[in-house]
Amino acid sequence: MTSILGWLCRGKGFSGGLHPPGRKSLAADASIKVLPGPAVVSVPLLQHLGAPCEPLVQPRQEVAWGQMIGRGTGTISAPVHSPLNGVAGVASVTTLPNGRHVGTIPITAAGAQIGGEALWEALLGGDWPDDGFDRYQPEEILSLIGQAGVVGMGGAAFPTHVKLTPVPGRPVDVLIVNGCECEPYLTADYRLMIEAPRAILAGAQLAGRAAGVERIIVAVEDDKPVAIESMRQAARARKVEFAVLEMRYPQGGERQLLPAVLGRTVPAGGLPTDVGAVVINVGTAGAVAAAVLRRRPLTHRVVTVSGTGIVKPANLLVPIGTPYGDLVTYCGGARDSAVRVVAGGPMTGFAIGDLSVPLTKGTAGLIVLGGVEVSRPRETPCIRCGRCVDVCPMNLVPTKIALAARVADWEQAGKYHMAACIECGCCAYACPAGIPLAHLIRMGKAQAPKET
Amino acid sequence: MIDVLIGLAPVLVAAVAVFRWYALKQIVVCLACCLLAEAIFSAMRRRAMSLGDFSAAVTGMILAFSLPPSAPWYVGAVGSFAAIGLGKCAFGGLGQNIFNPAMVGRAFVMICFASAMGASAYVIPGASLDVVTQATPLTAAKSAGGAGPDWSMLWPLFVGNVNGSVGETSALACLLGGLYLCFRRAAKWEIPLAMLATVATVAGLGDWLGPRHPLSVLHHLTGGAVMLGAFFIATDPVSSPLTSGGRWFFGAGVGALVMLMRAYSGYPEGVMFSVLLMNALTPLINRATIPRPLGGSHRAIPSQTTNGAP
Ligand code: SF4
Ligand code: SF4
Repeated sequence: MTSILGWLCRGKGFSGGLHPPGRKSLAADASIKVLPGPAVVSVPLLQHLGAPCEPLVQPRQEVAWGQMIGRGTGTISAPVHSPLNGVAGVASVTTLPNGRHVGTIPITAAGAQIGGEALWEALLGGDWPDDGFDRYQPEEILSLIGQAGVVGMGGAAFPTHVKLTPVPGRPVDVLIVNGCECEPYLTADYRLMIEAPRAILAGAQLAGRAAGVERIIVAVEDDKPVAIESMRQAARARKVEFAVLEMRYPQGGERQLLPAVLGRTVPAGGLPTDVGAVVINVGTAGAVAAAVLRRRPLTHRVVTVSGTGIVKPANLLVPIGTPYGDLVTYCGGARDSAVRVVAGGPMTGFAIGDLSVPLTKGTAGLIVLGGVEVSRPRETPCIRCGRCVDVCPMNLVPTKIALAARVADWEQAGKYHMAACIECGCCAYACPAGIPLAHLIRMGKAQAPKET
Repeated sequence: MIDVLIGLAPVLVAAVAVFRWYALKQIVVCLACCLLAEAIFSAMRRRAMSLGDFSAAVTGMILAFSLPPSAPWYVGAVGSFAAIGLGKCAFGGLGQNIFNPAMVGRAFVMICFASAMGASAYVIPGASLDVVTQATPLTAAKSAGGAGPDWSMLWPLFVGNVNGSVGETSALACLLGGLYLCFRRAAKWEIPLAMLATVATVAGLGDWLGPRHPLSVLHHLTGGAVMLGAFFIATDPVSSPLTSGGRWFFGAGVGALVMLMRAYSGYPEGVMFSVLLMNALTPLINRATIPRPLGGSHRAIPSQTTNGAP
């Protein structure tokens, strides 16, 4: 019957989607705490799409907090900075949860560190101006953002200065601040909207100025009244609009957000700029403010550590490069019931086996799932029930794509538009046969020859 | 599949209320033989037994519901083995079959035991149970010629107090169970809606244009196997289309074929053949109704595209 509703509502927002149990209450009321300084971090040299960074430090070289330690190469890249005062180690290689092998620079903490409340004040706390952004020229803002290594913090980690740079012939009139945190468990953006709304809005205004937009719209789902109120309070003296959206997964996906907020549909293979919009996540907006107004590079981010498998769920401000194991330990360790650890949200994230893997800029959560949460039925054959089709927010036929991808039939997968999949995980969630559809499609997209 | 069994419960109650032991016999024979066939064929194919998914039980129930109450026990038994063996396992098991297994079984016995399955077989002269001594409403209508609709028939057709196949007579029971299935999303609602709408439209056109016919729109909707077929047979997930557009087309196709056969074929009823025909078209329908992805069809992802996954 929800498919009837979906059918009637088509045109407003997107069709398909799900209401997975949110389980946000585990960490929603835990205010953001600063993780006490880790002894060692390993900063990945590639945290986004594009080319890896070139290391700028030698082993045993002393580095300071905020010092650039890897320089971006190529147009689509962002530099990385040391999150600690310390000493660089010998560069090594790690495998990120998404399966990518990347170089890392280990940094061992040494000397005095700024931490606790002072760190929060330096990065996101304190006061932020309502206006006076005209002082900054768009080019200056873009260059500061680029220098600070700001990337999209909602998951894709696309370099923000590239996203905001106006492209001739593709005018952008709206900047959307994405506060739709639709993944279950995750509350990092929610807490940020409550605890640092002024930083987010200042960053949004700066980003809007850089991109040359006329309107700024904050989009939040209707199940977050406290966050909406906090943002509205902070926005009183600013020219910012609000869009309160229906809570439905994956509302926060750019391709789902734009139809819902503006009634514009992003063409396949295109970007929001093709329809005159640019979307940045609330965490990214905060990082933009810190980069431009305080000249703070992106060295820390807010991460939700949650799930029934963790003793004390929390929202933490964490140095980029911190091993996931440190987060688990700080949160009281895993319970006996813990069966799986996921980096990111449970719908789109990646299960991780090795807790020494470092946190990247785009990781919003570390979810320790208990046994009850992962009870998946044994995989049985597809009965062609069509549920995956009904829930797919991109209007695809997931079963056909996944089964074609499993046997590497790229022609068939292409015919069913495999490339349009946003890897949201709705199909796998809905499948009564327990087929890991999203995983198969994700693998297929990675393996298929590029022209499909 | 357990939802399908729950949805079939009202039909079962109605069947037993109308046909008593005749119905019980068919149901017990078909259920037992389908489960046995499933066990045997799984063992032969060295597969884990898939009795747990209840699909064999559903096949058995639907096959029983589509047989005449008078059919001898071996009709149900042969039909069950044909349904599971030919209809399902020969294709590679659940999920691989093209045709609705229960309808394959029924078609098989219809050919093997034509006399036990024909229109005249429904009538058991001198039986102690009243309903089975009369011709089925559709057969009666076929021979009645231009007498005009018999409105007094409508209520019995709706509640099911008429002769016919075991589970098809009560439109009310099929409607109750069928709506439950749709609400539980165990059946795709587009199919019954499209099928019933098509039957109603075609019958309505016939009423309006044609000479006086003993069956009105309401007779067509409540009589024969239309309700049972719309909610329980055409909605079999495996053999019906995947996409919403495909389901509308499929349902409408079944409805149109049913009306075509009721009007022109030698058989009084045509749900079985209609469903099987549309089953055969399903792969084609799936291919023709690949939905347009959000944002249009998609060729290449430029390598720097952020997918926008949250
Ligand atoms: S949801 Fe699963 S069983 Fe149903 S059609 Fe999709 S893949 Fe097949
Ligand atoms: S993962 Fe891809 S195919 Fe599956 S529901 Fe999401 S967009 Fe559709």
